[in-house]
Amino acid sequence: MAATESYPVNLKYHREHDWARIEGGEAVFGITWKAQDMLGELVFFQPPVVGSTVAKDGVYGEVESVKAVSDLVAPLSGKVIAFNEKVQSEPESINADPYGEGWLVRVQLSDPGEAEALLDVEAYKQLLVEE
Amino acid sequence: MSDWREEPLIFERSRPGRCACSLPHYELPKATVPTDLARAEAPRLPELAEPDLARHFSALAERNFGVDSGFYPLGSCTMKYNPRLNERLAALPGFADLHPHQLPEDAQGALELCFLLQEALAEISGLDTVSLQPAAGSQGELTGLMLVRAYFQDRGELEQRRKVVVPDTAHGTNPASVTMSGFELQPVKTDARGNLDLEDLRRVVGPDTAALMLTNPSTLGLFEEGIVEVARLFHEAGALLYYDGANLNAVCGISRPGDMGFDVVHFNLHKTFSTPHGGGGPGAGPVAVRRALEPFLPVPRIVRGKDGGFALDCDWPKSIGRVRGFFGPFGVFVKAYAFIRVYGPALREMSEAAVLNANYLLARLKDVYELRYDRLCKHEFVLSAAQLKREHGISALDVAKRLMDYGIHPPTIYFPLVVPEALMIEPTETESLETLDSFIDAMRQIATEAAESPELLHEAPHDRPVERLDEAAAVKRAIVRYEFGESAPEPG
Repeated sequence: MAATESYPVNLKYHREHDWARIEGGEAVFGITWKAQDMLGELVFFQPPVVGSTVAKDGVYGEVESVKAVSDLVAPLSGKVIAFNEKVQSEPESINADPYGEGWLVRVQLSDPGEAEALLDVEAYKQLLVEE
Repeated sequence: MSDWREEPLIFERSRPGRCACSLPHYELPKATVPTDLARAEAPRLPELAEPDLARHFSALAERNFGVDSGFYPLGSCTMKYNPRLNERLAALPGFADLHPHQLPEDAQGALELCFLLQEALAEISGLDTVSLQPAAGSQGELTGLMLVRAYFQDRGELEQRRKVVVPDTAHGTNPASVTMSGFELQPVKTDARGNLDLEDLRRVVGPDTAALMLTNPSTLGLFEEGIVEVARLFHEAGALLYYDGANLNAVCGISRPGDMGFDVVHFNLHKTFSTPHGGGGPGAGPVAVRRALEPFLPVPRIVRGKDGGFALDCDWPKSIGRVRGFFGPFGVFVKAYAFIRVYGPALREMSEAAVLNANYLLARLKDVYELRYDRLCKHEFVLSAAQLKREHGISALDVAKRLMDYGIHPPTIYFPLVVPEALMIEPTETESLETLDSFIDAMRQIATEAAESPELLHEAPHDRPVERLDEAAAVKRAIVRYEFGESAPEPG
């Protein structure tokens, strides 16, 4: 069952429709409601290797839906400390709850200052209108 | 009573002891299979009498929808009608009964046909020489990039030239071929008119660029207006241009990739030259190249000797080697060659009719479906259901499924990715005005239904052998093996 459209205020957003929830020196990444809506029902999540490093704006994994395969873009840089195993077995959790059960990876941030360059919820919503 | 349209699995029709064939008496001693290779018990194959077997496959065949059943505007696939003449010619015993190991001197006619097809493709592409060896468009792409690689290796530039530029509208096979051939992918954007973004291109092209892979017209059905400038940019940087021939149906006899500046071209014979598309094959993906790349073409080459005879020539020391065991499927070459010869110099009319048909549909549909790039199209165009989605919750998928109820094969949907809710429509040159008009009527009617009775579209198709399928479940929980239940009949 698909979630209804929402964009939580406590998240930082990347132009490529990825979000980050910063928790101290760590962050959780996922894809936004808009991303899952464009992709349709997700059928596959390819996570990064735990311990690997991800670079801001770089690709850290991919998701596949019935329509397309899409790269996951890292909103921030750091080292992957966990990925969501439940999403691997039930990718549809991303559609059902993109900001909760559908989180993708947890990262130890290497440069928390990078978050300055991300969009806040208002700027992201503005981007959606322009697109 | 089950629905008459329900056809059970062949295993469910199986009854012990029935058989649809009888093997001839065999006089030689029974071969012994090494025990470690022999299976412990007999495979549980389905057992059916011949009439039941025939009816099973006829029932499945009746559900099939092909270009012989109705309109099939599947964008980018060029689902044109395949003339019956092709089949008759390919079935001639001299062609059909050839053995792959036939000696060249006993297969001169077949080699001549291959040679003449090479020459025709060279002429159509505006390039110098052709190899018929690659077995499919995808293998043609890979072969083409292997030629680019061999060319730069020969020049000592391979270490330096790592990147192949691919636009964001490209077929998915392009980035896959780039990766498979050992290059790195460099994406470029599309501008507001649907052309390559020249500014983005100037930023990425440099001494590390090996090639550009371009489909022209693009998957948006738009001719690349900046192609001369694009070619200059790449050639000045010492890079090559690769032409993905997927959309060649738009330009045959009108413009030639070689004249646009391309150095390597692959053809999809099953698209442009009317050979069957079916079950993924049999395809054929010949490649054409400029003279500078000829030394690297796959061997053997089909050549004409001084005596006028045809031979297989392996004496090309810089060749990338074989990309497959044999040439063929040979019947596909016969069909493609027949098609080209039937048109002859009028091949241009084929592309003109394909472009005219596409523009006619476009002109009569763009007031009810959104058109992101509003200009004349080539052989196909991409509409968007984004407005229907915003206003009525109707997606491109819903439109496509509803078209099936009108007896029309859905267009390609959700591709290219740069257009949201994309509907990619390619009518081809072989459709009559009446067929095109009935498609227009269906599409306009569906747009009306979207506003008035959206549930009709959400639940479509209604009149087909199967209802809307759960595609996500089909991917995630694919059943690819029959599970014998308790009640299943035991093998005899």
